[in-house]
Amino acid sequence: MSELTKLTIAEARDALRRGDVTSVELTEACLSAIDGADPLGAFVHKTPEIALERARAADARIKAGDAPGMCGIPVGIKDLFCTEGVPSQAASKILEGFRPEYESTVSGQLRDAGAVMLGKLNMDEFAMGSSNETSVYGNAVNPWRAEGSNAALTPGGSSGGSAAAVAADLCLAATGTDTGGSIRQPAAFTGTVGLKPTYGRASRWGIVAFASSLDQAGPMTKTVRDAAIMGAAMMGHDPKDSTSADLPVPDFEAMLTGDIRGRVIGIPREYRMEGMPAEIEALWTRGREMLADAGAEIRDISLPHTKYALPTYYVIAPAEASSNLARYDGVRYGYRAKLAQGDGITEMYEKTRAEGFGAEVRRRVMVGTYVLSAGYYDAYYNRARKVRTLIKRDFEEVFAAGVDAILTPATPSAAFELGKEFDDPVQMYLNDVFTVTVNLAGLPGLAVPAGLDAQGLPLGLQLIGRPWEEGDLLNIGHALERAAGFVAKPGKWW
Amino acid sequence: MSIDSATAAKVAKLARIRVEDAELPALAAEFNAILGFIEQLQELDVDDVEPMVSVEPMRLKRRDDVVTDGDRQAQVLSNAPDAREGFFAVPKVVE
Repeated sequence: MSELTKLTIAEARDALRRGDVTSVELTEACLSAIDGADPLGAFVHKTPEIALERARAADARIKAGDAPGMCGIPVGIKDLFCTEGVPSQAASKILEGFRPEYESTVSGQLRDAGAVMLGKLNMDEFAMGSSNETSVYGNAVNPWRAEGSNAALTPGGSSGGSAAAVAADLCLAATGTDTGGSIRQPAAFTGTVGLKPTYGRASRWGIVAFASSLDQAGPMTKTVRDAAIMGAAMMGHDPKDSTSADLPVPDFEAMLTGDIRGRVIGIPREYRMEGMPAEIEALWTRGREMLADAGAEIRDISLPHTKYALPTYYVIAPAEASSNLARYDGVRYGYRAKLAQGDGITEMYEKTRAEGFGAEVRRRVMVGTYVLSAGYYDAYYNRARKVRTLIKRDFEEVFAAGVDAILTPATPSAAFELGKEFDDPVQMYLNDVFTVTVNLAGLPGLAVPAGLDAQGLPLGLQLIGRPWEEGDLLNIGHALERAAGFVAKPGKWW
Repeated sequence: MSIDSATAAKVAKLARIRVEDAELPALAAEFNAILGFIEQLQELDVDDVEPMVSVEPMRLKRRDDVVTDGDRQAQVLSNAPDAREGFFAVPKVVE
């Protein structure tokens, strides 16, 4: 049975169509794997009844010959997505008990394509974090462990539950969201594939908002092919999201030829960070050689404003968060603090938000409030928006010069121990140093597992593409994946 | 730019998040660490740079100005911590 959960989406789809397996069998195998994996803390709300009902419907659809690629595929959904009638808490106490009356566009598209929701996945509270340690549910734990060690490692964040679930074969794939690296960093930490689409590709409607000008949903999968199949099912124009692009979504899977001869790959010199571990440097060099061997032209490039990306992000993201999270006031949904005699509405707001938000969320909301407040708006927020223009311009210039994609490390280290970086917010923010530029520039980014470090932990490389060129990006990622030949799996200890 | 406890208290008030007085110095120290990190942005000359409004240049779509939804009182109120007689209930606002 457990072998079924190890299938990729493409393998399961083909087996379903051949009649070798049913969606109910696949779903039951995943549900039993999930029940045996509580120590991973990945699934925080299990939905076995919904899963089996959808699996039966998918089997009927497959039999009738009317089945898109995702039909019958069991997936996990990050807790940030509103799912009708099912708890959707963004891993926050302030949304305790919230059961949306509606379905997010992205999870609705997957549902309509026949995908089977197994449950909701752990994450950092409101997607604010890089280690899944700010969750009200407790930590998600990486299925990978360093050789000869029992120390619990972070699966990364904010989509830590999604990454842990896919890496541990609890589901065939999962949804994630990425505001500063929250799909790509956890994918790299768990040896899985994560795609952040171009800003505007996937609808944000029904996804709990963190920083609206940066947030994008994307697939977290076992292979690049699966990211192409699931990604296409998640993307597309949505009239309910005014920033959603009215552009056709190509058949990404059909674009995976593996032929990248003549493609120009940029290597940005500013991503060679001081103090970067030698293993990351070596992996990056190997990635460059692999793409060159596949016929790509490697070109050294410069993205001069890279070092300003993190400080820019830590103005813009908290500013937008302080505005978005103003809606959690204890009136319309979720948690309301118990009030004392004589407390008025202001005390209700202040107590509800103090008790309902965790420490990192409170910190970011207040930093955002500060940078938007009278007297500091120009010095911080407007300046950050101007620097963001410069960061995007860096990318526009290299693309205009003929670069098709950019290769960088995905993270500055392998997965670290839970608890290790939690007390220093600025240190934690450095996790996103290679990924955050991509959100600021609105570009598509792909994390591909490319090797193991000396301790046997997975490391990932990131490819950054031109806007709206996810197909081309996935094809280059496919070539890299094939050359890297990453097949390692975590040993089961849970 | 250094943030003291009084400024931290003002920011907490603006954000409508209760912070006990005893916690204000630690909060101010955290703000200072984060703002120190952000301070690097002052190095750049951005005088002639337009602030970014939209990351992908596109014209926002318009739709007809008509009602397309509504009549969902029960659904709208279904998640309220306190709803009475078709309204959200809150502590008394007007004396």
